[in-house]
Amino acid sequence: MKGLSKDRLWSIAVLTPSIILIAVFVYGFIARSVYVSMTDWGNDPAQALAENPVIRWVGLANYSELFSGFLQGRFRQELVSTIFFTVFFILGCLGLGLGLALILDRNPRGEGLWRTIFLFPMSLSFIVTGTIWRWMLQPQGGVNQAPTLLGAPPSTFGWLSSQDAVLKFDWNLLPLITASVVGIVLIVLAVQALRAGDRRRTLVAGLCAALLLVWAVFIGPNVKMLPAPELHGFNLALIGIIIAAVWQMSGYTMALYLAGLRGIPEELREAAKVDGASDAGMYRFVVFPLLAPITLSAMIILGHISLKIFDLVYAMAGPDNLSTSVPALNMYLTSFRQNQFSLGAAIGTVLLILVAFIIVPYLVSQFRQQEGHA
Amino acid sequence: MTAVPPVSPPRPGVQPGRVLTYVLLVVAALFFLVPIYLLFATALKAPEAINLATSWHWPAALNWASFSEAWAKIGGNLGNSLFLAVTATILSAMLGSVNGYALSKWKFRGANTLFALMLFGMFIPYQAVLIPLFQFIKALGLYGSIWGLILAHVVYGIPITTLIFRNFYADVPDALVEAATIDGAGFWSIYRRVIFPISIPGFVVVIIWQFTQVWNEFLFAATLTNTGSQPVTYALSQLSGGQAVSWNLPMAGAILAALPTLLVYILLGRYFVRGLLAGSVKG
Repeated sequence: MKGLSKDRLWSIAVLTPSIILIAVFVYGFIARSVYVSMTDWGNDPAQALAENPVIRWVGLANYSELFSGFLQGRFRQELVSTIFFTVFFILGCLGLGLGLALILDRNPRGEGLWRTIFLFPMSLSFIVTGTIWRWMLQPQGGVNQAPTLLGAPPSTFGWLSSQDAVLKFDWNLLPLITASVVGIVLIVLAVQALRAGDRRRTLVAGLCAALLLVWAVFIGPNVKMLPAPELHGFNLALIGIIIAAVWQMSGYTMALYLAGLRGIPEELREAAKVDGASDAGMYRFVVFPLLAPITLSAMIILGHISLKIFDLVYAMAGPDNLSTSVPALNMYLTSFRQNQFSLGAAIGTVLLILVAFIIVPYLVSQFRQQEGHA
Repeated sequence: MTAVPPVSPPRPGVQPGRVLTYVLLVVAALFFLVPIYLLFATALKAPEAINLATSWHWPAALNWASFSEAWAKIGGNLGNSLFLAVTATILSAMLGSVNGYALSKWKFRGANTLFALMLFGMFIPYQAVLIPLFQFIKALGLYGSIWGLILAHVVYGIPITTLIFRNFYADVPDALVEAATIDGAGFWSIYRRVIFPISIPGFVVVIIWQFTQVWNEFLFAATLTNTGSQPVTYALSQLSGGQAVSWNLPMAGAILAALPTLLVYILLGRYFVRGLLAGSVKG
């Protein structure tokens, strides 16, 4: 098709309002949030809700407060919690979802009904799910009473109230841990580039990895973010919330995997069988490799949901339960209960950066190959 | 290809693999349904019959009053949610339809980049725009009114509705549009006569998806509204948050708040799943 016809102009005119709205509400507001996060708006309670508050530019002070300030230990615990939450939530959804999809792929009777049962929690709001599970995970009720149905004594696990944590580490080791993880990723990239025969990328990635690891071994241990050790780990009180979240979202991975399994041509499986593959071999070498892209997109969708989860936590454990809190919840409380807008904006920005890390590469890879022949 | 029949015939007799399949299905179904059993068992108990030790027992006497009591507390919020979800859904479906049409049938240079930039709005944590959004809605004088909430949902709904319609229209043959162009039809008459009439399935997917999302949303509901205009998710969180309330009330409230989206899902589940799958992008 060619040139700028009247129709082409119409199509641009139709899109303009949406483009402007997205430009303002997404990109403009993000820029504004980042700006607010670099001021002191609300850090002085007297100024927070004043008619014309005095707002000063403070640069990255709010961020350094969050990551190394004495008062913001809660935020650091939440950051650790949200990472653990995301990992276990994704593992749970992928495992359960794949299992259910594999079972349904065997064409049991009443498949539609089973699917309906596994997927219905998706249509509920996190607040409803949270209300139900909060009741089930009461210290002396529901799940803890379940063993008595079989004649055993009730369990006493503090689902939402436990104060115990596992996998603890000292926050002061964060620079070291970050450098090591990035270094390992770079080494993997270098090895991949070496295999692909790309010498320049091998060299650059390898050099960066070496530099980072040298830093991590010799300088990293001396960097102290806090004067005293501060321990953070996986709070056991989060387990109940993870179970509820898996209950709600594993139907989604099941639907994705089922669509993927149904998309595998029957001839491919038959061919594998004719070639002498066992059932297990067929899954291992034919089915699972074809499901890999689905796993990746499920991980990305679930990951971004889990990093910003907050209504489920709010409904299950309440807003003031320190051992189950997450940054998204803290942002809401800091901004709209304590009116510390700049600190809230800083938390929101940290969340955005976390989400962008997984979403931007995904969107770029989804659209790069198409743009060439648009 | 070898001469293998495409569908293997059903084999007679009971097979251990078959039995295992059904056992696993039943166990999984229990995991998904037990919370619903407890939800109803608790909602139907009288407050004095609720006892943690007997939380698994079905109530001896059904107490339907929980529902009328819950209705009295959150009925108004259900009305707010209904108005909010219906209005926001209709507006964003219409926007998404014309956007999707323009993006898929009148492609211009950079359309895909533009679309990717738009889609980013679907994934951002709303915490990262919440403070400016709150200020903006306040400056417009819409704070505390349901219209501020509608505005937010329509704007942040643009990416997903555009995505669903764009993918839906991508399956409509371009030849159809080209033939109409040759017949002298322009942008709008093609939309009215060719595209819109075949869009019903697309609209069904988008309407179900948006209705569910808007109905279930909590963060905007908690920040942009006040007492008179709060949707049901916020009212329910208040109902169950208090310690003194007896548990039959929030359980009955949860049932009332869940019913509309649950009905939509049970009646139109096929389209719901389609929206779900569209959410995983696929360019």
